[in-house]
Amino acid sequence: MSEATASKIPVTVLTGYLGAGKTTLLNRILSENHGKKYAVIVNEFGEIGIDNDLIIGADEEVFEMNNGCICCTVRGDLVRIMDGLMKRKGKFDAIIVETTGLADPAPVAQTFFVDEDVQKNARLDAVVTVADAKWLSDRLKDAPEAKNQIAFADVIVLNKTDLVNKGELAEVEARIRGINPYAKLHRTERCAVALADVLDRGAFDLDRILDIEPDFLEADDHDHDHDHHHHHDHDHHHHDHGHGLKHYHDEDMQSLSLKTDKPLDPNVFMPWLQNLVQVEGGKILRSKGILAFHDDDDRYVFQGVHMMLEGNHQRKWKDGEPRESRLVFIGRELPEEAIRKGFESCIVS
Amino acid sequence: MKEFTPAPESASIVSVTDRVKPIALGMAVTSVHFLKERAAFVGGEETVAFVDSNCEITTVAVHSGGILSTASDGKRIVMGGDDGKVVSLDAKGEVTLLATDPKRRWIDAVALHADGAFAWSAGKTATVRSGKAEEKSIDVPSTVGGLAFAPKGLRLAIAHYNGVTLWFPNMAGSAEFLPWAGSHHAVAFSPDNKFLVTAMHEPALHGWRLADNRHMRMTGYPGRVRSMSWSAGGKGLATSGADTVIIWPFGSKDGPMGKEPAMLAPLQARVSVVACHPRNDILAAGYSDGTVLMVRMEDGAEILVRRNGTPPVAALAWNAKGTLLAFADENGDGGLLEL
Repeated sequence: MSEATASKIPVTVLTGYLGAGKTTLLNRILSENHGKKYAVIVNEFGEIGIDNDLIIGADEEVFEMNNGCICCTVRGDLVRIMDGLMKRKGKFDAIIVETTGLADPAPVAQTFFVDEDVQKNARLDAVVTVADAKWLSDRLKDAPEAKNQIAFADVIVLNKTDLVNKGELAEVEARIRGINPYAKLHRTERCAVALADVLDRGAFDLDRILDIEPDFLEADDHDHDHDHHHHHDHDHHHHDHGHGLKHYHDEDMQSLSLKTDKPLDPNVFMPWLQNLVQVEGGKILRSKGILAFHDDDDRYVFQGVHMMLEGNHQRKWKDGEPRESRLVFIGRELPEEAIRKGFESCIVS
Repeated sequence: MKEFTPAPESASIVSVTDRVKPIALGMAVTSVHFLKERAAFVGGEETVAFVDSNCEITTVAVHSGGILSTASDGKRIVMGGDDGKVVSLDAKGEVTLLATDPKRRWIDAVALHADGAFAWSAGKTATVRSGKAEEKSIDVPSTVGGLAFAPKGLRLAIAHYNGVTLWFPNMAGSAEFLPWAGSHHAVAFSPDNKFLVTAMHEPALHGWRLADNRHMRMTGYPGRVRSMSWSAGGKGLATSGADTVIIWPFGSKDGPMGKEPAMLAPLQARVSVVACHPRNDILAAGYSDGTVLMVRMEDGAEILVRRNGTPPVAALAWNAKGTLLAFADENGDGGLLEL
């Protein structure tokens, strides 16, 4: 982590559908003996019992910037609150933003990339989504917000696992993975999760993009192809691979993974990527990539939220490290064939 | 555009740095106002530090938390805090609690009228208390970004998302909405009451000619405008946000419409705060690299008040007569210059 990044105050965004256990997780974070002080930004001020010195009520005002482009929405209240909080610098070590159950995490995340002053003082650490093991499957069917929150997450706390049996748990995990196979998933009861698993994740820190592999918990011991999620199987039935792990394909929210061991031409790739997120940014929720460019000994990494991209050379490729490029997009109704074709055209022939 | 870096041996600029009395406040500072002949530096939280002409520092506790907003008429400072309180501080150093938000919400904005009325906002609600201690409130569609009283009559401008609400608190149903897409923060009337200007969340100002609500777009800034100051007589509006002081002409009936702004005192740093002299066409400008300059508006001639090499200048103000200039950077290191 660079010095500039280290001095910025980390911000954890806590999302999750109504009743999933966000407040339980928040109180758990605050009550643990970590010796850190948190500023907590909550919605519906005063209605829930949170034991913390610094609690700020937020109105979740979503503002459009740059002539109303939907991908450039920010949380206006957060801009104002961050400005006020910076007057009390030194009084807290980190910020937690709890959103309402119906909130789209994108404007929250975008606030930390669009606003110059916010960006100067704070950095988005991760989007943590609390999901209810018993009800999530239903919510994914009837609540687009719940699906958004899963798709957007860096960390998913699958809570209330004590209320479901093994089969139901496998079912709900498979549904989550059908949308977002890349988030770290933790099964919990009453949100009992190690703080290190939800805080200080550096999920938006370019220096900490190490690899892009699906996170499959106990499924790690089998060796079938994990790149299953680009099959065009939209009939919403699962297929069982014979070892208990179900695979779902969500009807409208998918992830798309691209990979090549051939070098990419940066002069073709960069404009292609820029154009892709300009044109399809409304559909692409998150993107991430590790890239090997032609005639370049450095790894290039990028990450993005909707239309916003940031990228940089990260470090030298190590000796013996395969110079592979990997990209991941999570979004709804992704134009898969066009993206694949475009990506292939960036390969140096 | 000329380039200029003030250096100790620089002969190209008149310097008065040796005449500045240094002040070390030992606290983060966000603004400064003169109350009579003492400079009152407002801290980021809890306290205000009075500094007299001998640079004696007296601190006064005003809030039990962050100080979010201030306004002054030279006799007192009205402040809003994250403790939900509106307090005033007078020249003697006496603190008066004016109001408390029932839900202890942040007091995001305050404004002070020449006749003693004051206004504050918490969330979407703006409240005015006039000299007769009557209290009236209005709710606007989104959180208030800034407040300002018109120079004539009891009229309040309330900046918010997608425009400004103009309101006569003593006239029921008088609220008028001036729409313009985007998020509006600070708001200011021109001293002649003809124009209204807001600093937007985007790096731009927006203005309205109040006679016909005609729009004035003032764009081209690289950064958000956080500081605006009317020149003596109100002919120009000096602003921060660029690597020069940008001054928009408001002398004619069309305001800055179709005109270029003056761009004075370019440095390789961004202007962070501006303060026009109360009587002459001179302004002081503080920069993100700690530089403070005095600039003659007529020809852009510069006088160096403080060299670069510190955190951004956060506070800058003249006393009412224009004989004293006070400034401080974000860390509370500053100075007092007697002219």
